[in-house]
This record gives sequence, structure tokens and C-alpha cells, in this order.
Amino acid sequence: MADDKDVLRDVWFGRIPTCFTLNQDEVTEREAEPYYLLLPRVSYLTLVTDKVKKHFLKVMKADDVEEMWFEYEGTPLKWHYPIGVLFDFHASNTVLPWSITVHFKNFPDRDLLHCPSSSVVEAHFMSCIKEADALKHKGQVINDMQKKDHKQLWMGLQNDKFDQFWAMNRKLMECSTEEGGFRYIPFRIYQTMIERPFIQKLFRPVSPEGTVHSLGDLLKEVYPAALPSDGKQKHFQVVIHGIEPLLETPLQWLSEHLSHPDNFLHICITPVPSD
Amino acid sequence: MPASLLWVVDVYGRVFSLSTAGQQWEQCHDIQMEFKRVAAAQQCCWGIACDSNIYLNVHASDLPVRYQEEAYENQRWNPVDGFSERLLPSDRWQWSDVTGLQHHPLDSFQLPSSSWEWEGDWYVDENFEGEPTEKEGWSYAVDFPATYYKDKKWNSCVRRRRWIRYRRYKAMDIWAKIPSQHVTLPDPFSDISCGGWEISEEPRGRLSLWAVSLQGKVWFREGICFDNPEGSSWEEVALPGEVVQISSGPADLVWAVLWEGQFVVREGISRDCPKGTSWMTVDSPSPDVGATHVAVGSNVVWALTKDNRVWFRRGVNSHNPCGSGWISMVGEMSMITVGLNDQVFAISCEDRSVCFRQSVTASELSGKTWKAVCVPRDVDRSHSSASTNSLQSAGCFFRDEAHGQSSVSDMESDTDKTSTEGASGLLSSASPESLICAAADGCGLPTETPKPHITKVTSDSFISELVSDREPATTSKESSLTGPTVPWEENTPGKVEAEEQCAAIPVSQSVGSDDPQWSNVDLAEAQGQQTQTGIVQDTVDTSSLSSVATYSLAMEDPYGVDEHPLWAWVSGGGCDVDSHSQLNWFNFLLTNSSLVQSMTLSITPAQTAAWRKQIFEQLSERTKREMDNFRHYEQAVEQSVWVKKGTMQWWKDWKPHKWVNVHFALEQFSGPEGNKDGILFVYYNFYEEKKYLHSFINEVTILVPVLSSDFKHTFAIYTPERTKQRWPIRLATATELEMHDWLALLSVSCCDSRGIQGPPSKQAIWSITCKGDIFVSEPSPALEAVPYPTPCDQMFWRQVGGHLRMVECNSLGIVWGIGYDHTAWVYTGGYGGGFFQGLASSTDNIYTQTDVKSVYIYENQRWNPVTGYTNRGLPTDRYMWSDASGLHECTKTNTKPPSPQWTWVSEWAIDYGVSGGTDREGWQYAADFPTSYHGHKTMKDFVRRRRWARKCKLTTTGPWQEVSPIALSDVSILPCAAQSSVDVVPLWAISNKGDVLCRLGVSSLTPAGSSWLHVGTDQPFKSISIGAASQVWAIARDGSAFYRGSVCPQNPAGDSWYHIPSPSRQKLKQVSVGRTSVHAVDENENLWYRQGVTPSYPQGSSWEHISNNVRKVSVGPLDQVWIIADKVQGSHSLSHGTVCHRLGVQPLTPKGQSWDYGIGGGWDYITVRGNSLEPARICLPALTDPAPRSLLTVQTPEVHTDAV
Repeated sequence: MADDKDVLRDVWFGRIPTCFTLNQDEVTEREAEPYYLLLPRVSYLTLVTDKVKKHFLKVMKADDVEEMWFEYEGTPLKWHYPIGVLFDFHASNTVLPWSITVHFKNFPDRDLLHCPSSSVVEAHFMSCIKEADALKHKGQVINDMQKKDHKQLWMGLQNDKFDQFWAMNRKLMECSTEEGGFRYIPFRIYQTMIERPFIQKLFRPVSPEGTVHSLGDLLKEVYPAALPSDGKQKHFQVVIHGIEPLLETPLQWLSEHLSHPDNFLHICITPVPSD
Repeated sequence: MPASLLWVVDVYGRVFSLSTAGQQWEQCHDIQMEFKRVAAAQQCCWGIACDSNIYLNVHASDLPVRYQEEAYENQRWNPVDGFSERLLPSDRWQWSDVTGLQHHPLDSFQLPSSSWEWEGDWYVDENFEGEPTEKEGWSYAVDFPATYYKDKKWNSCVRRRRWIRYRRYKAMDIWAKIPSQHVTLPDPFSDISCGGWEISEEPRGRLSLWAVSLQGKVWFREGICFDNPEGSSWEEVALPGEVVQISSGPADLVWAVLWEGQFVVREGISRDCPKGTSWMTVDSPSPDVGATHVAVGSNVVWALTKDNRVWFRRGVNSHNPCGSGWISMVGEMSMITVGLNDQVFAISCEDRSVCFRQSVTASELSGKTWKAVCVPRDVDRSHSSASTNSLQSAGCFFRDEAHGQSSVSDMESDTDKTSTEGASGLLSSASPESLICAAADGCGLPTETPKPHITKVTSDSFISELVSDREPATTSKESSLTGPTVPWEENTPGKVEAEEQCAAIPVSQSVGSDDPQWSNVDLAEAQGQQTQTGIVQDTVDTSSLSSVATYSLAMEDPYGVDEHPLWAWVSGGGCDVDSHSQLNWFNFLLTNSSLVQSMTLSITPAQTAAWRKQIFEQLSERTKREMDNFRHYEQAVEQSVWVKKGTMQWWKDWKPHKWVNVHFALEQFSGPEGNKDGILFVYYNFYEEKKYLHSFINEVTILVPVLSSDFKHTFAIYTPERTKQRWPIRLATATELEMHDWLALLSVSCCDSRGIQGPPSKQAIWSITCKGDIFVSEPSPALEAVPYPTPCDQMFWRQVGGHLRMVECNSLGIVWGIGYDHTAWVYTGGYGGGFFQGLASSTDNIYTQTDVKSVYIYENQRWNPVTGYTNRGLPTDRYMWSDASGLHECTKTNTKPPSPQWTWVSEWAIDYGVSGGTDREGWQYAADFPTSYHGHKTMKDFVRRRRWARKCKLTTTGPWQEVSPIALSDVSILPCAAQSSVDVVPLWAISNKGDVLCRLGVSSLTPAGSSWLHVGTDQPFKSISIGAASQVWAIARDGSAFYRGSVCPQNPAGDSWYHIPSPSRQKLKQVSVGRTSVHAVDENENLWYRQGVTPSYPQGSSWEHISNNVRKVSVGPLDQVWIIADKVQGSHSLSHGTVCHRLGVQPLTPKGQSWDYGIGGGWDYITVRGNSLEPARICLPALTDPAPRSLLTVQTPEVHTDAV
């Protein structure tokens, strides 16, 4: 039987085959070939697209280049969400490879944050980790770490070093067996129904009576619309890392094993494809 | 931690127990009687039944309780008859005890009680001081009493022999009455407490049992020990007052409560005097309210006062048994008990539930909060008839009590007469036989104002309180005649509560006045009060009986679903929990299924859960969907070299050896075939010049944490070359955490470079360092090849979590270990644990493991003519406080636990268990340091020493699960061929007390087996080994060897022992049996081979000397011989405790030719009994021919801290 650690590996090494094409409005000196790349699901777009940028810059005039941004079927892709979340939320039922359009002009300031360098990604990533640890351990674990430990987490993600990352991250995933889990589960739910980026609330892994909360419990509390009502066809699928865990999966286990490197459990609620 | 029991008595006198591993109260069904109180130890539970007799429940164990009776037959030689039973008139009895002073004919031996049975008949002991005797066990002497010899000499005028017979305690797991052998046993017992098992290890299983009689006297039970569980007699203990209740802790604390409400504390309890010598008085915590109850542990005292407040005594310990002050605690309790590890249980006043004190730790003995134990009982509704039956006896019981207690009850008998009368009237009215009496008195009732909520719980008014909680003052106003009867008839089963209420409320009224009320937790006393109410009415017997009857009729169905149990007494003396224990006692409110899930979630994941399966399946589907067709795509992030750096200290390779600061770096990269590899660097400064030494990760053979004398966090890195030199790279980190991080990282790196992952194979070779760390090595097929085996310094060892003293395995993957504290552990099939967290460790199969060991220091004294023995020695003498060698000063204050992983768990105490014996104060005498010591002073002795021991404890994790409850000192598993299909694997063991045991039900699926089969011996044993053909050899504590005959699958325990003479003048200490070979090691570190062993004559003919300087031997299923050797000389240094392999062992030369030296020093144990990999027939010559060397005999060993 597979071990739980294999899940961590599978999560980390999840890749999305992606085809980057240049937006047709961009002025090029010659025709731009599409660029194919395996994107790590757990990383961030601006962190792993140096090659893409280099590829397209070859065919462009330097004057026409502004900040690079990505778009899928008309939706600008937020770089500060993990790539896997973007894919699951926007494109989970498309044919692979995932086709992303690359822009170098008309940066949609209303939709996207600017990302001039990878240090911005680092700042965002570390703030997520800190927020998550604040929820899990009142921030005690992350605050006890040294600067170099923080760096190790970031370098692990940046260089796709599973061992390096997890050597440190396991400390963030520890919890006392006495309490049966984290203080609160750091999670974010992405959905289309309500007009806000994501849902995030305080939710404990274990009820006051000692019952273990499951994924279903969380949704019932936070976003009941996602749950299938009795006897009806299910309208939504609950996707984490491209898979649909059963609703009775314990939330604590999910948080320990299916969280992104930023230590958040990113849950996408998407409509069931109609076909 | 093995499951242990918490014992309770409910208000009906029924006895229940709750296992630490369980989730429900289990009733003791064998009891014929109601019990008042229980007092538990780990191995047994004592109780006072309603007949006021004391009962004992010895927990069944695989180890039988056997008592060896012995008698000596004495004979004198005379010229006419030769040796005959005709003795001289001045001689001893013909049948006597060992001293000859007592006349002991064989038929004078009687069983002490009906709980015993004879095991067999008398027989002659043919073993004499470790040597087999012939001639029917006789030993000869010149005269009585004198020194006896095995052989008859010309001047042997007398002879004697020893007869043995065993009796066995048979009353296991049942409540057996303690025979009251005294004709004048005192008034009945009312309280009992047992403890004192930590006072002394000798005799085995010793307990102190204290009892209080109704007249307030205290009695001490003499002679309780393992083979005499009942004890022998009661001894009265003189007292300064009348005691109501007593409590004895596991060690030397004994407190009792006096009638007047103060405490008395026993002083002078020691190893020689477990009864103590005198009492000291301690006042009640609050001046106005007397104490009612006390509970003591090892270092704590908890008490209750009459107002049910809970008090904690500060500053209590062995030196200051009285403590220093009281602290008031939260909660109102009616009874309290302290269990093992100073954990506290109490019975809440509010609802009579058992509460467990949370977070009691050694540093915070008072704990944090109370948490109610909330589990169901195993009893079901069908028992109601049984409970009705028990009413009769219950009634009698209470009436008995009433006589003893009437003086107390007098105090409140006149509190509220109306209420009292009304109460009894109502009570009686429900009972048919007292209906008339009730009718007569009933008029008093309606006038009375019911008390709304009675917070004060006197002994039995808990019922009333419960009820009054729910619906105060409804039925109580009903007329006395109709009130109880009407709801009675109308009642449906669901209305049990109402019934209770009408019966019970008056009880509360009778006792629930506003005045300071006598309150006692004992069930009996309130009944005494009730009886008292009866006395007022002049209907003593009827009333007391009927009130009970009513009460129980009302409680027609005490097992109702929503009825929680009402406890009267709890005893935690047998309950081994601590603040870290995982107890499933508190959340029964959940549904069972979710409970199981929540509890097992992080510990043993239910691998089969549907949700988990779903995730695994979907993840692999996802991989297929998103990645399999796109493998040719470029990766977004390129892999690169990864370097980890740090600063450490390094033990310089050249003289002067010292720690120097260095930079340490590990560079990891992917090798040409995609395998990971790395190089480690140590950068140091040499005369201002920057230099480095490096080692390739794939050459590292082991990373081993080592002990360093200066308490650093040290580890050693070996390569084959450094193993030859006996000089590893020794590094120290600033913190333990840092060392563990590095070790974990380097280990993973080494394993990656060698492609090793997951659990060790079944063939693995296991070894243990003197630090208790466990290592495994995967044997290469050429390891046992002849003539060119893999050199054993090239073996790669990796660490497995856990802490053990020895480990044994076989080729079916069954692995057992024994800790320093003799706990037996079975390997779970996992890997990692310890500091291997996260990735290098399996997630399931890893459990908490603890170990306890003693640190010893010696107190040395020299005699001088003026002052006698003092701690002033000669200038040339050793330190007055030293280690065993005398070379290092070790005082009580400066001696630390062996490594930072260990923490002290006890204080320094004199160790009496030193070989050679001690006097009463623990001293051993000698003519001078350092010579051999003896336990009594002679004229020639000018120095003396005694050993002090202090226990320390380590907590770690590893792939080990405890095999409880019997502690072991040796174990051996049948070695078998690689492809053998053995279903049930024979496993033999020696308990730490020397019993020989045979494990039943061991198989590769159930490596822990099911139960022990005890194999009788006439003396304690210390080593055992079973060979591939079920040949069992064992070594007794006296150094003699035994062969067990007729062991086969049908008869797993064999039938008899054959005494094998030891090598001349040598006492054997360890034996190992392989396929056919038998090797043994003696106490002078000689290795012996048993010659002449054949299938038809398995005992063999003689011992042949193989080698010296051998500490341990392990013979494997291929008859391969591996040892732990001392004094192995390397090119740089000498090592002790080195793994060595016998070369040239072949079927025709089973003794082999020479030794090949492997990892060490600092190794304590090795087992190769799992390696059944037959070497390939043809072997390529190894590159380096291991030069055969013989073990050096070095007389002056150079001590250095290479010791791991």
C-alpha cells in the first residue's frame, strides 16, 4: 500500500503541460513559435516562466515589451495563485496541453498585481506561509525558525527541491497528537458564485466534541452550495490538486498532505462539466 | 506502554475496571459479593468485601506464581551401614531446612491456602553450584555445618541433598479470600491501600499493604511478594490516634487521616523497614474543616476536606514526607486516588463520575484541569435480576456497617428530625414489608420544605443530588402513601428517573442540612446514617433493610441508556498512564466510528479508508492524464547542485587531539545515471592556511551518534578506510537539533547514493551500539562467501529509530528487541523514527518508545584508626565519589545523564543489587582499591565503597511495539533457511527474573505472538538460544549450560533440561546456536565451540576454545559466526566493542580460521540470524584480501572516547 509520503511527492511533482502562445496583437519581427513547458502545479507563473519570456523576447522589438502577463480564454491569470489552482479553477476540463496566451502589453492593472521580480513572489509566498502558520500554530513554528530556514523553504520552491523544502516544511506540518490537529485549518476556497476572490474563514480540524471534521463538514459550514443536495445531480466538483477527494476525507489529513507549499489548502469549486 | 487497569467500585458495590487501552468499564462478574473498596497495584488488586474480609485478585500472567519449597535430607556415614539416616544425637534433623535448625519432614509441608496447588511431587535437585552431580544429588562434607563438595572424599563423614517441590498459586483473575490465619483478627477492615513496590526490588514483586480497621487501628501485611502474593500475616502498627483512611504511595510515602481530621505521616520507611518507624502529624489544610481523605503518590499528596475541597501538598518527597504547605485546588471531589507516575483520579461530588487530572507532569505535579472519564459499561439490561439478588447481601452489609459507625451518625441524627422521619417514611413506604411503618409516619412529610439543590454530597446522597438536579421538589410533596406507589404503577421503562426521584429525594433531605455535615466518601457510612434514621423510629433492622431495598427497587434499571454510572471508589495504583498517554476515555459522546477514526488518524492511519484510496487512485490518474503524454516537454525548473553548509567542531586527526571549529558542507548532485550522490567537506584552518578534507557520500559506511565525555552533540562518520584505522571523522554540533538535522540529511543522502530505501530486508543484520542506537546492514550475497567474502568494514549500516539493549531476528523478518529497562519490543516493519522524521521515515508503524536506565556512581571510603570509615582517603586514593574505575570524579551533583536525550526520573539512591553483595547500608568492603569487593566487613578491610544509582529516561520513536507485560533479559528466534515455510516460529526468552519462556503463536504475520508458555527451571537463567533444528541451549545464572530435550513443533516447550558441564573453571554467560553449531561465551570473554554435536547426540561432547576477548557471539542460519570483540587494534587506535566476522567457516571447518574486523568500537550487540543468503558457489576474488589477524591481547587497554 502506498504511503502517505507518496502523496506529498505526487503533489509536489504534479506538472501541467502548457502551451504558451503569443497574443496575436503583439508586434513581432517574425512569427512566434508556441512554447511548450511542464509547469509545476505548486509553483507560481512568474516564477517558472523565465524561459517563456526569453523565448518570446527573441522575436520582439525591445521597445514594445512591457511587463509580461498571461491570459487564458480571456481571463487574466493571477500569478499570485498557485499554477495548479489557476488550472483547476479555469481550465480543468480542457484538452491538454493547457493553452496560455502571453501578453507584453496592456497590463490589466485592475485584475493583476504587478510582479517586477521574483522577490515579489518570495514576499507573497512567505506571507502566505506566515499567515498559514498563524492559523495553525499561532505563528509559533514559523517565528521559531531562523532566517536561513525561511530561505530554505523559498529556495526549495524556487529550485523545485522537494527534499530541501520538506526538510523544513515538515516542522510546519507538525501538530500535537493531543489536540488532534492544527488550531485552525488554513484553507482558501475558490468559486464562481460569490463576487470575491476566495473564501477563507476560521475552521478547526476537530469539533468541540472531539469529532474529526471532514472536507464535507468544512463545505457545509463555509460554502454549502457546493454540496450536492439530496437526490439531485451534483452540480459542483470539489477539486484539490486536480483530484476530487471524497467528502469524508479528514480535513486535518488534507491540510497535512494536500496543502500547497504556501501551507494553504486551496480548494476549487467548479461546475460539473455539462457534457 | 502495556494496557493497565483503573479499578472502581460503584455505589452498588460492584467492581469495574477500565483498561488504558479500552473504552468501557468492564464489570468483574466473578464476585459473589459487593465490595466496599479496592486498592490496586499493577500485578493485582486488593479489595474489602461487604463481609469485611480482604480479597485478592492476582492478574493472570503467562508467568505462573510458583513457590519453591525445599528440604534437606541429611545423612552421616558410619562404618556399618555406610551413609545412613542414622545421625548422631548432636546432629541436625534428618530432614531439615538449609540451616539444619528446623525440622522439616516432607509431609509437614502444607499448602498455605486453598488458592494454591502442588505442581508435582518432591524430587532431588541434582545441580550443585552450577555443576551437575551424579550420585543422586548428594554433596559431601566433613561434618555439619561445613563446606559441601560435589565429590566424596576420604574424610567425608556427612552428606546431604536438596529436595524440591513447587506449589503454584491458582486463583488467578478471580477474587480469592485472604485466609485469616489469626484467631484474634481485629475488628473488620474498613480501608485498605497498597503501594511500596518501589522501596526495594528484592524480593521480587514486594508490596506494602496497609489496612485500617473499623476501630481505627492500622495493620500492615507482612511478606507479600511475587511468589507469596497473599502475604503471610497482619502486624499491628502503633498509632497516635484513630485512623479512618490510609494511603500508601508506590515508594516510601504513607499518609493516613485521623478521625479528628488531621493527618499522620509515616516516617522511617526504608528497604530494611518497609513498615516505617514512627508517625508525624500534619494539620488539616483548613483549620475549621477536618480532612476526610488522603491520597499519596511518589512525590505528591492530595487530600480532601469535609467540605469536599481538594488540596495539593507542596514540597513532598522522600526526604520530606510531610511536605511544606497546602494549595487549594479547583473542584469538589468525594474521593481521590493517585496512580502511577503521580497521576490523579478522583470522584466528582457533582455527578459521581471518575475524573482524571490532566497534564500532571514531573515538573507540574498538580496538573491543570479535571476531565471526566466518559465511557460506557459493558453490562447490559439483562443484569437487573442479578442486581436484585445482590440486594440482600447489600442490606446485610450496610447493617453491619451501621454498628461500627453509629457514633458518627449520632452527630447529625438530630439535625432535622422531621425531614429524617419523613425521609424514612417515604423510603419505607415504597417497600411492601415496611408499608405499615411508613403509613404511621407518613403524615410528617407534606409539611416539609424540600431542599432545592444539595451541593454537599454525603456518601450516598449523590443519588438524591442527581435527581434533585433534574426536577427539584415535585414528587417529594406527594403524600407518603400514594406518592411513591402511583408513579410506580404508571411507570413505563422510560420513566426510571421519576421513580428514583421519589425514593431518593428524601434521602437527600435526611442528610442535606445546612450545618457542616459529616461527609465521607465511603458508601457504607451514609447507609449508616440511614440506619440511624431507622433507629429513631425504633425499627432498626427493617428500616435499614427496606431503605436499601427501596432504593434499589427504585433503581430498577440502573443500566438505563442515559444513566451514567455512579462511582463510590476508585484506585489508580495499577493504572500506568502519564500526561502523554493516549486515552480513549473522554469522548464517548461521539459516535463510535468517528471516534475510531479520530484516534487513529495521526497514529495508525487506516490505510484501507475509502477516502485515502480515492486520493491515491486519483493522484495516479492525474499523473497519467497530465504528465504521461507530455514527458518530452521541457521542465520549467532545471535541477542543480544543492549545497548545505554549517559550522561544526571537528576532533582533529593529529595530535594534540582537540575540538577545532570547522565549516562543514554537503554537496549533493545527480549522478550520471540519475542517482543522487554527494561529497562532504570539512574545511579547517591549518596554521592560517585553509585546508579541507572530504569524503564521498557513497563511501560512507555509517553515520553514528557517539557519546562524548564532554557532553557535546557528537557523531562519527566512517568509511572502510577509517574503519581500518579505528579513527572516524568525529564532529560535534552546537545543538542536538542541529545534529539530528544533519544526521537525517546525511543519512538520506547516503541511502540515496546506494539506492537503499524503505524498511530493512528480512535478511538484514542488526546491531546495537553501547548508546542503544540501532543499526541495520543489508548483507551482500558474497558476505559469507568462501574464500573471499565481502570485507566487513565495507558493510553499510543505517540507523533505525528506537533504543534497545539487544535485538534478535530471523530470516522471516521477525525481529525482537529488549530495552535497557528489559521491556520487550517487536519490530513493526517500518523504518525511520527517532530523528528521522518526515521523509526518511515511514508514517505508520512508528510508535513512541521509552527506555530507562540507571547511571551509577561510587562512594568510596577509607578506614582510619581514629574515626573509622570516613570520606578522607589517602592522597593516592581514588576520588571519594567516582565512577566504577575510580579514575574520574563523579559526584551526585556533577554527574549528568549519559546524553542530552536522557532526563533524570529519580533521585540518587543506594544500589544494593551489586555483584558480591552489600551490607545493610549498601557498603562493599575490600582490603584496598581496586580489588574485589565483598558484602561484609572483615578484619583485613580498609576501604569500602557503595554504589549509587539514579534512573534516567529516554523517549524516542521507532518501528517498535511493546510486547507486554513480561520484562525480558534475553530472546532467541529460530533461524531458518531463506525459503523455509515455517508457519509458527519458535521463540524462546528469559524473563528479567530468570524465568525461561516460550512464545506461542509467533509467525511472520504475527511477529509478536500471542502468549508465553512458562518452562520450569530450578534456578534463574540468563541466556538462551534456539538452533535451526529446534535445539535449545540455555545458560543459568550460575554459569552452567543446559540443553533442552525433545523440543519439536508438536512439543514446543520440550520436556526436560540436560545439565551440560561448563568449560573447566569458567562460568558461561551467553550461548548462540546456528544451524548445527553451538558457540558460547564465558565471563572471562572466551569463545567456546561445542564439539561432537550430532543429530543423535545433540548435547555434544566437549567445549573447544576458539578465541579470547569476545563479548558476544551470534551464530546464524548458515552457521556463520559473528562476534562483538574487545581490544581490536587498528592503525590509529584500539577499539572495544567491534563487530567481527569469522572467516573460513565451512561445513567441515565449523570453527573457522581467523577474524575479519568490521565496524566499531562501541558496539554492544549484533545478530546475523536473519542472514540466510547462501553465497554463490563461484566468487570473484575480492580486491583487498582481508589479512587474517588474530585478536590482540592487550593488558593495558588505552581508554579513549571512541566508545559510541
